[in-house]
Amino acid sequence: MKLEERARELEAKARELRFHIVDMVHAAQSGHCGGSLSAADIVTALYFEFLNIDPANPDKGDRDRFVLSKGHACPVQYAALALRGFFPVAELRSLRAMHSRLQGHPVQGKLPGIEVTTGSLGVGICEAVGLALEARLRKASWRVWAVLGDGELGEGAVWEAAQAATKFGLDNLIAVVDNNGLQNDGYCRDILPLRSIPDKFRAFGWAVLEMDGHDMEDILRTFGKALLITGSPVCVVAKTVKGKGVSFMEDKRDWHGKAPNAEQYAQAVAEIKGGPA
Amino acid sequence: MIDEMVAPRLAFGKALVEFAPLFPEMVVLDPDVCTSTQTSLFRAAYPHRFYEMGIAEANAIGVAAGLASCGYIPWVSAFAVFLATRALDQIRVSVAHTGLPVKLNGSYGGLPSGRGGATHSSIEDLAVMRALPGMTILTPADSVETRAMTELATRLPGPVYLRTVRCEVPTIFDAAYRPVLGKATVLRKGSSGDVAILSEGMMSARAVAAADLLAAEGLKVRVLHFGTVKPLDGEAVAAAARECGRIVTVENHSVIGGLGAAVCELLAEEAPCRVVRLGFPDVFMESGDDGLIFSRYGLDACGIAAAARRLAAGRGPTGA
Ligand SMILES: Cc1ncc(C[n+]2csc(CCOP(=O)(O)OP(=O)(O)O)c2C)c(N)n1
Ligand SMILES: [Mg+2]
Repeated sequence: MKLEERARELEAKARELRFHIVDMVHAAQSGHCGGSLSAADIVTALYFEFLNIDPANPDKGDRDRFVLSKGHACPVQYAALALRGFFPVAELRSLRAMHSRLQGHPVQGKLPGIEVTTGSLGVGICEAVGLALEARLRKASWRVWAVLGDGELGEGAVWEAAQAATKFGLDNLIAVVDNNGLQNDGYCRDILPLRSIPDKFRAFGWAVLEMDGHDMEDILRTFGKALLITGSPVCVVAKTVKGKGVSFMEDKRDWHGKAPNAEQYAQAVAEIKGGPA
Repeated sequence: MIDEMVAPRLAFGKALVEFAPLFPEMVVLDPDVCTSTQTSLFRAAYPHRFYEMGIAEANAIGVAAGLASCGYIPWVSAFAVFLATRALDQIRVSVAHTGLPVKLNGSYGGLPSGRGGATHSSIEDLAVMRALPGMTILTPADSVETRAMTELATRLPGPVYLRTVRCEVPTIFDAAYRPVLGKATVLRKGSSGDVAILSEGMMSARAVAAADLLAAEGLKVRVLHFGTVKPLDGEAVAAAARECGRIVTVENHSVIGGLGAAVCELLAEEAPCRVVRLGFPDVFMESGDDGLIFSRYGLDACGIAAAARRLAAGRGPTGA
């Protein structure tokens, strides 16, 4: 299939993910819409095109590992896992409920497909380095994909991980930065200016690619390129919009960790289902 | 106003603004959670005294220590769990060991984290902070005490850990109430020979509600609120043991290392008596409704009353 055709299919899939993100956060009346929606296209491409995973055998040894280092955005991962067949879609609405497998932040072992417990920012990427190192030691071919927030890059641990990955030459590790420009209290440029994320990762010895995190064709091409890079870990900096796909959530600090009310939910669903891609 | 529901985190944010003119050296450092911990109120009122540090808790503590050594009184307000764990080394070396007046606000103390689950609930912070020499630990019961303790903490010469909770809690103190550092507050006198309930923070309102349930049954329990967990009011603890004979401790924290542990450590040496510790057993928290989870662990008025009732009847916590 042509890349353009595949991109159209994945765009439709991303729409489904976006619907379930808003739907489960609305059902829970708790959770993070903004950072889930900004990562929806990236996560869709990974789960439906790139990751070597098998819902029938979620623990198979040679699977690719996906680490959501920005764990608060787990609605996007839960939606992807459910739509990929790892557990029933109906379970998505149990998000954050007592005894649910869909915890407020991902818990390793609680739900098929969750590799690493995250939620404390800066934790996931370190463990991703360990997973990639393990693949290297075993001479295994699987890859580790990690998704980080741009605010998360403030944590020193991220840069400790970045140096370790370079030292070990982990070209089986691909870190995607969801560069939506917002964090909890405001714009990254006001909270802790990042200057150039690509320059920083390059200075740490990583290969860096940049893409539009909402342009599915660009995502497919860039991830394809990332797979070909050898000798160093790869950072993909994805330009994104926090809350992407729901007009009133887009680029709004307010929607970092807020649940929509009934009216907002209806509007959000209408936009996701009917609006332009 | 008594019984009014107010979130202590909000009372803390307001208190910082209120007392800012009193303490010109006071500054606030925020690791990207001010809209959650409510120091955003201070950011709006005193932008030039507010430092946004990004998601980098450990660095925020080190910077605060540097500011404190030059005469500032820095407050670092963050999620309790990330202060007590991510930034612990910096708190231990640069704050506790130096004795500098860095003021820590552990916001989102205990279970309530807005359903965040294991990574966000903070049920070990009191244990961690208690183990640090020289750390004063304050666990206000409501918004009135939170306000008073914010001033008290700012005034103290050394490091302080002031724990606030995320959820709304009933106001139990009238506006004139002034907590005394290191002294337990008697909420119900009770009568000798009956049980004493020793509680901290938001659990104290529930302890009072439990005492009132029990009073209707003729059981007059003493209720002591520990707004200061460290230094512990040992006299009040020992007196409760001697006079009431049996003690229930209640905390929004693990039973390991918090108020219950502190009480048991003291009583083992000074006035051994039967103690039942209510708190979270040796487990991590999960997502879910705060009320349901508190109840699951007996941390509501009924659960506290039941534990006290069993103890009064001379039976253990399981009825055995
Ligand atoms: C160690 C740690 N500190 C603070 C938080 C609270 N927190 C949760 S999300 C968030 C902002 C994250 O911003 P970013 O990484 O840019 O994520 P996104 O914009 O993609 O949602 C903060 C401060 C946390 N979860 N972990
Ligand atoms: Mg961001």
